[in-house]
Amino acid sequence: MATLFGSGIKRREDPRLLTGRGTYTDDVKLPGMLYAAFVRSPFAHARVRSVETKRAKKVAGVVAVYTGQDTKDRVNPVPCAWNVPNCDLRTPPHPLLAYEKVRYVGDAVAMVVAESRAAARDGVDLVDVDYEPLDAVVNPEKATGKEAPQLHADVPGNVAFTWKVSGGDPAKTFAEAAVKVELRLLQPRLQPTALEPRAAVATWNDAMGQLTLWVTSQNPHIHRFLCSVMLKVPEHKIRVVAPDVGGGFGSKIPGYADEALVCFAAMDLKRPVKWTEDRSENYKVTIHGRDHVEYVELCGTKDGTITGLRTRVYAGLGAYASTAAPGIPTILHGLMYSGPYTIPNIEGTVYGVYTTTTPVDAYRGAGRPEATYLIERLVEVYARKIKMDPVVVRRKNLIPKDKFPYTVATGITYDSGDYQGALDKALGMLDYKAFRAEQAKARKQGRYLGVGVTTYCEICGLGPSQVAGAVGFGGGLYDSAVVRVYPTGVVRVYIGGKPHGQGEETTFAQIVADEFGIPIENIEIVAGDTEATPQGWGTYGSRTTAVGGPAVKLAADRVKEKAKKLAAHLLEASEADLEWKDGKFVVRGSPDQAKTFGDLALMANVAWNMPPGVEPGLEASAFYDPSNFVFPFGTHICTVEVDVETGRVKILRYIAVDDCGPQINPMLVEGQVHGGVVQGLGEALQEIAVYDEDGQLLTGTMMDYAVPRASQMPKIETASTVTPSPVNPLGVKGIGETGTIASVPTVVNAVCDALAPLGITHIDKPLTPATVWAAIQQAKGGAR
Amino acid sequence: MTQTITLNVNGQALKAQAEPRTLLVHMLRDELNLTGTQVGCDTSQCGACTVLLDGRAVKSCSVLAVQAEGHKITTIEGLARDGTLHPVQQAFWEKHGLQCGFCTPGFVMTTVELLRDNPDPTEDEIRHALEGNVCRCTGYQNIVAAVRSAASALRGSRRPGAAVSGG
Amino acid sequence: MIPAAFEYTRARSLADALKAAGTRGTKVIAGGQSLVPLLRFRLAQPSVVVDIGHLPQLQGIKRAKQGTVIGAATTYRDLLDSKLLHNTHPIIAETTAGIGDRQVRNRGTIGGGLAHADPASDMPAVVLALDAVLTLQSRRGKRSVPARKFFKGPFATAMKKDELLTEILLPFLPQGAGTAYESFEQAASGYALVGVAAVVAVSGGAVTHAAVGITGLADTPFFAASAAKLIGRTPNKEILRAAAAAAVEGVSANEDIHASAEYRLHLARVAVRKALTTAAGRAG
Repeated sequence: MATLFGSGIKRREDPRLLTGRGTYTDDVKLPGMLYAAFVRSPFAHARVRSVETKRAKKVAGVVAVYTGQDTKDRVNPVPCAWNVPNCDLRTPPHPLLAYEKVRYVGDAVAMVVAESRAAARDGVDLVDVDYEPLDAVVNPEKATGKEAPQLHADVPGNVAFTWKVSGGDPAKTFAEAAVKVELRLLQPRLQPTALEPRAAVATWNDAMGQLTLWVTSQNPHIHRFLCSVMLKVPEHKIRVVAPDVGGGFGSKIPGYADEALVCFAAMDLKRPVKWTEDRSENYKVTIHGRDHVEYVELCGTKDGTITGLRTRVYAGLGAYASTAAPGIPTILHGLMYSGPYTIPNIEGTVYGVYTTTTPVDAYRGAGRPEATYLIERLVEVYARKIKMDPVVVRRKNLIPKDKFPYTVATGITYDSGDYQGALDKALGMLDYKAFRAEQAKARKQGRYLGVGVTTYCEICGLGPSQVAGAVGFGGGLYDSAVVRVYPTGVVRVYIGGKPHGQGEETTFAQIVADEFGIPIENIEIVAGDTEATPQGWGTYGSRTTAVGGPAVKLAADRVKEKAKKLAAHLLEASEADLEWKDGKFVVRGSPDQAKTFGDLALMANVAWNMPPGVEPGLEASAFYDPSNFVFPFGTHICTVEVDVETGRVKILRYIAVDDCGPQINPMLVEGQVHGGVVQGLGEALQEIAVYDEDGQLLTGTMMDYAVPRASQMPKIETASTVTPSPVNPLGVKGIGETGTIASVPTVVNAVCDALAPLGITHIDKPLTPATVWAAIQQAKGGAR
Repeated sequence: MTQTITLNVNGQALKAQAEPRTLLVHMLRDELNLTGTQVGCDTSQCGACTVLLDGRAVKSCSVLAVQAEGHKITTIEGLARDGTLHPVQQAFWEKHGLQCGFCTPGFVMTTVELLRDNPDPTEDEIRHALEGNVCRCTGYQNIVAAVRSAASALRGSRRPGAAVSGG
Repeated sequence: MIPAAFEYTRARSLADALKAAGTRGTKVIAGGQSLVPLLRFRLAQPSVVVDIGHLPQLQGIKRAKQGTVIGAATTYRDLLDSKLLHNTHPIIAETTAGIGDRQVRNRGTIGGGLAHADPASDMPAVVLALDAVLTLQSRRGKRSVPARKFFKGPFATAMKKDELLTEILLPFLPQGAGTAYESFEQAASGYALVGVAAVVAVSGGAVTHAAVGITGLADTPFFAASAAKLIGRTPNKEILRAAAAAAVEGVSANEDIHASAEYRLHLARVAVRKALTTAAGRAG
């Protein structure tokens, strides 16, 4: 039987989604259901003097209106769950409904619950809130200044934490270095824009004291825990169901006040309650990503050996520390400062800073895009300074493939890699030399062509639980699977992760089908319901295939081991004499003496003739905790032409060579790369969240926040190399975030390369025509 | 105050109740339980709510339900016939033109109209035609491939003598 | 995003529509592509919405004595599909193809867009350049307003409260005229950072007619009168470049997160030059 592992089969989740019969949270409808809507602060920073609900309560259909005063003693604040140690972290409470102060536009002040969506919305207009506006501060660097308003009483200077990483002897290295380059980099805020806004439907079984919550979640078990904390309901009395989820990109990891309040209302009113975010609400309330102001330096020799890297980073956290926020610019960013290079001396300081803005948390790549961007920009500027080809500089500093596992200066150990292999492949696809010649010719004609290269590696497959504990992550990072075989030989696999577009309903079934030699149609993957699935830690950090995949494999192995015992018993042979062949256990040398997986499923489940001491049934569970993270890598190359008259950047070619180890389903891997790259192109070219000085979000709708469209994006050429990871039994690494991580510096490098003749070394992203044009004017010494 | 709206949805004549302020998409989802049509924005940008109104692709979040009185609506639920996917749905499946699936009904509906107007669009024409639909997952590449593949399949089925498949 | 409550009626006739238009608290709706988003954000809270989209008097594209007449409730889609317009005013299709997106064009109407008068919408530039005449009707009667006197500010027009825009007359182009529309789009909304429509007629190597309409640049779309100075000149590179500079001379440009005033002015010069160049190239 041909194996399915490695085969680009069509997705099994698609037929329901293609016919409009998926179930997303807002599709859930319960009898007697009410609808919630929120009164949200129009001010970035203000004291709440009073909240008057009388008029709202009189609106036809309004059932209840809750304020912060009503709820503060009955619920707990939104917890921060990544308490990074050794950085003096301060995480002031984020009340579910503000009652003293609001600290960002969109902070919830009251909740209206009504018989219809429309009535709830009508009620919102009639809640009268008296605010005393206070000063706002939106820039994380400025927020640490003496003049800045203080957000939280016990957080002086708005500094939530000061985190440091150091390896080697950076001070001495920089003091003695022959060449130094430095940059101030902005990594602006981004609005994740999962196409499905967040939503929650809660129902309370008063007799049983049980809460059920359908919610847009990447990690229902984490939501169960967070709801338990916020609502003071024991965890075993909460069922969280994440049905079909319309994209996440990190924004559906955190616990949110509004989701918990929907539960609170359902419990208080003893009726089901639904709430669905509007997009403009989503942009103000759902977490943002990035928001760094960075001062970065690199030093090296005149002939291209990088010797040191130093950073000082102001990482905006927004008004409160969201669920995983402190871990993003520290563990997932600062520990990756070596990138794919052998940089012996590294020092970084990261300030986590509160500002009067929407909380910031994990957004596709989460920390690694920021790290890769700063390294790759520095390498480019360094190469230009020493007048070497940036590709040559990269090649010279890449960790050689025979050095793995390789421990970098920040202390983490990369599992496996062949960085040069991916670089060579990508350069070959472009014909780098030919492009350089074309570029030189074009320059003579007054045309500005550029090529940008990024060699990257990233940390994902989060991660060993012991490490999670050591770095303050408030949970484990193993994952789990239960494989249950039914009497008729069909199989269900319950997993701890919660895929939401990545396709594990297909890829995990491919693993199991191979294992059992049964048709994939006989296997169903179940995810997202805490009542059915074993404890898991969710789908983010490119971890589901790398951590959940091995759990599925292990559980399936256990089932098969038991099936083998039973087969030996039924065939009156010893286990050692059995071999697995074409989906059957066969007695070696006696091909007629065989038991199919179906035979064994039936016999195990009816248990008429079990081997002595073996329990009936055929199912197994596995909790897989990896020994290390995994480190996918690759090279991306992009060529551009810049129209210097208008500042418009045209991508000529985009090449992505990625290595995520063996690919279970290459079609899906390629899809992840396409999506990730385009998300990064959005970041590089057009996406930016903009606040004015008063803390008003100026990119509050899709009319102003430029999510990429089909007509704005190029075709992406993909290829891969395959370097298995020694970390897990499948050898697999994550591929969900590499595209975003690699593409941003690739494009910025290409544009800066194109504009090098004008003396431009750096332009802050996004490289909109307006920004590029302004940089050109400045370089030409024109106005501005 | 609700009004009775008489319309035809997916080939079925029916009556629905809605307030004048009810958006067509909310009537489809909340009253008629046709939850395949999604709402992804509030400024008519994302196209997740695209349905066909008298055969034309429209954003059902920017049409009042009462405006649909007397008209023919086709939603994603009305495309597959007798369990057979419409060629556009089939092509999205084969070319991996969807990931989370939330935007997919909108893309499929827009594509159905596009290919009726232009049976053999170029890649540029496809990307331009899909400007009113946002996908955050796929990077559009496989969507474009799916549209091309569907176009080819539909052209094949429209050849004289070939069976006409789907709606 | 749910609108505040209102009543809805469908006008049975144009008279019915005109009666409604004059009533306080009433908004008319046709395609709804401008109004429904306003309703959803509760930026408009009418007590009554009167639908005029289906009225036959407001539909269609016809040839008249002085030019081509477009019913105000004609959809962008129908403009794109009109053979008559392709022949008489190809700039309409050229511009319309970039308005909104496919779905918005299927539903949105030319009259609705013009009456909404978004200062960054494309069509105002075109009707300005073409010297279109808009028919405004109320129960009191009918009047004609040149497009060049129609736009009064952002979202403000010469329409009185009780008036409806019922048709748009596009005068026939001068003999041998070429037209062109050039725009730079805001990446998120697709609206014009700057959009320029140009009409140029050339005879014996010299310009005999030149008109330029500009949208997106200032708070009101405007007709750049200076373009008329091209008449009698040879439309070469330098002259068109100078004309482009003159067209935006002294304009107070919009500034927002998408483009500085300086950049908008620069883009406008580029767009005017390109539109004039293309139009002149198509002339004759």
